[in-house]
Amino acid sequence: MISREWLLTDQPGSRRQARYGQAFRTWLSLRSNRLAMVGFWIIAALIGIAIFAPWIAPYDPVVGGDLRLDRLIGPSWDHLMGTDDQARDIFSRVVYGARLTLLVVALVAVIATPIGLAVGTTAGYFGGWVDVVLMRITDIFLAFPRLILALAFASALGPGIENAIIAIAITSWPPYARLARAETLTIRETDYINAIRLQGASSPRIIWGHVVPLCLSSVIVRVTLDMAGIILTAAGLGFLGLGAQPPQPEWGAMIAAGRRFIIDFWWVATMPGIAIFIVSLGFNLLGDGLRDALDPKGRK
Amino acid sequence: MTAEVSLARGRASALSSLLWKAVKLLTTVAVTIIGLLLVTFLISHVIAVDPVLAVVGDRASQSTYDKMFLEMGLDKPLWQQFWVYLEKVLSGNFGNSFLTKKPVIDDLARAFPATLELATVGILIGTLAGVPLGILSAVKAGKLPDQIVRVLGLVGYSAPIFWLGLLGLLVFYAKLGWVAGPGRIDIAYEYSISPATGLLLLDSAMQGQWEAFGNAFSHIILPATLLGYYSMAYISRMTRSFMLAELAQEYVTTARVKGVPEWRIIWVHALRNAAVPLVTVVALSYAGLLEGSVLTETIFAWPGLGMYLTNSLQVADMNAVLGGTLLIGVIFVGLNLLSDLLYVLLDPRVRRRA
Repeated sequence: MISREWLLTDQPGSRRQARYGQAFRTWLSLRSNRLAMVGFWIIAALIGIAIFAPWIAPYDPVVGGDLRLDRLIGPSWDHLMGTDDQARDIFSRVVYGARLTLLVVALVAVIATPIGLAVGTTAGYFGGWVDVVLMRITDIFLAFPRLILALAFASALGPGIENAIIAIAITSWPPYARLARAETLTIRETDYINAIRLQGASSPRIIWGHVVPLCLSSVIVRVTLDMAGIILTAAGLGFLGLGAQPPQPEWGAMIAAGRRFIIDFWWVATMPGIAIFIVSLGFNLLGDGLRDALDPKGRK
Repeated sequence: MTAEVSLARGRASALSSLLWKAVKLLTTVAVTIIGLLLVTFLISHVIAVDPVLAVVGDRASQSTYDKMFLEMGLDKPLWQQFWVYLEKVLSGNFGNSFLTKKPVIDDLARAFPATLELATVGILIGTLAGVPLGILSAVKAGKLPDQIVRVLGLVGYSAPIFWLGLLGLLVFYAKLGWVAGPGRIDIAYEYSISPATGLLLLDSAMQGQWEAFGNAFSHIILPATLLGYYSMAYISRMTRSFMLAELAQEYVTTARVKGVPEWRIIWVHALRNAAVPLVTVVALSYAGLLEGSVLTETIFAWPGLGMYLTNSLQVADMNAVLGGTLLIGVIFVGLNLLSDLLYVLLDPRVRRRA
């Protein structure tokens, strides 16, 4: 039933068809952007690697090999990325690290996006003092550099990956709130919102049912663009010892562990860094492409 | 006569509206700073797992613990605690550092010049590289140079700064020996420069100690280039979009029709107009360098705010962490304010409206 013609029709017969059609058009526009597709495949590969980690990784990520024989071996066919000082296979650790990275990104997005949307749409819809108060709070959070605020939160909460996720989420929502507010301001005075209001819909219902869906796409693009930043912040926290704790194979923490012997055994710190770089590059490329595909105004 | 009067009246009203603007701006800044204090207060007194333990350490006896509990006023209601906290912080009392045993404010004052020096050299490099690259990629939009600049920027956006720093140390210090290693200056020179501004490059140059200057320079060049690279990524991207907007304006067409040479159109006509928003961008990325400096300083053992923060983090020294966080937050707010003011000063359109 779902054919190209059905998706691209000018006269969709149902809401579902219109929605699918819109998504398909976005996908078509995204697919014509070569760099965005590179990003897309990087992220797809990341998800695949995270799911199939036990089958891809040749060794155990936490328990190392023989400490007398297998420590700090350079990259070879047996150990694609070499081994670390605990005789663990770095490739396997990087593969399992994909799970932690995805977990962090997904949870931060799931926590921060609704907060940003709620604050922004509420401020924009009600205006007046609600707007002033909520936006002042947002500005205060924006007044700290993100990593520094996350550091302060993480150090108060104590080290650990859950606390790192909370700390990053707390520091990520303000830009989404700003964006959602700006979108809401343009939506607020439109005729159809007035029409719903005249029908007697309550404010929460209008915001949730009619304002939020319209803000969602631009906020999602912004979140995708931010994901690279989230990964880098998480890696930074891990590097400083505030994120995932050893022996968890978190990429930032792995770089920190390899730092002591970078001069003699360069691969220990280099390999996880390459993984972070590729993944955040993927999110950057995909985010750029999504922005171009969803926002025809910005295209030149 | 009447014209003069109305002119004078116009000036007076412009002045009063400017004053009104200044008052509004100052209120905003004051509210933001009180907000910053509230956030750091909440972190230290509410979110912290055990604020007392963070101060006395986990080996303290129960009586020390109880004494500290009362001393910190944790038995009082929250708003009273916040009031006490406000009074303390506004009088410059951030408490003592658990790690160095000295007042946090003194530690911060000692660490700040190092960060200032690093960030300033970094922003110089970032601006001097980023603006020309941005112009280049706007002029050659869509062509090879544009693509190269874009890729350079993307790498800057995607690579973890601490990782690039480690690789930089590995290649340029350990393997090639082109630059000096971690630290700010070799021990041999450490006490030969009498501190005046606290900025080693400036102090050594003023005292004519060129050898020490060279040594400090070879220490700073790698971390500063690294930070500069990150701000370059942002600055070049913004320069590109500002320049593209300017080059599409009609005055550019007019200038071309008049026969103004292309370099003059780009570097004089368009750049002057793009310069105004660019100042804001530079000020903002200068603030962003403070953030980058936390990780960079850790890698390069640079004795600035960033390293102070991370060292304090390792031992959960909350006084020091929050003092540093607050200082960086206030600098951030200050730089934002500065960029707003510069905007008004530089753009005649905004100035007239004000």
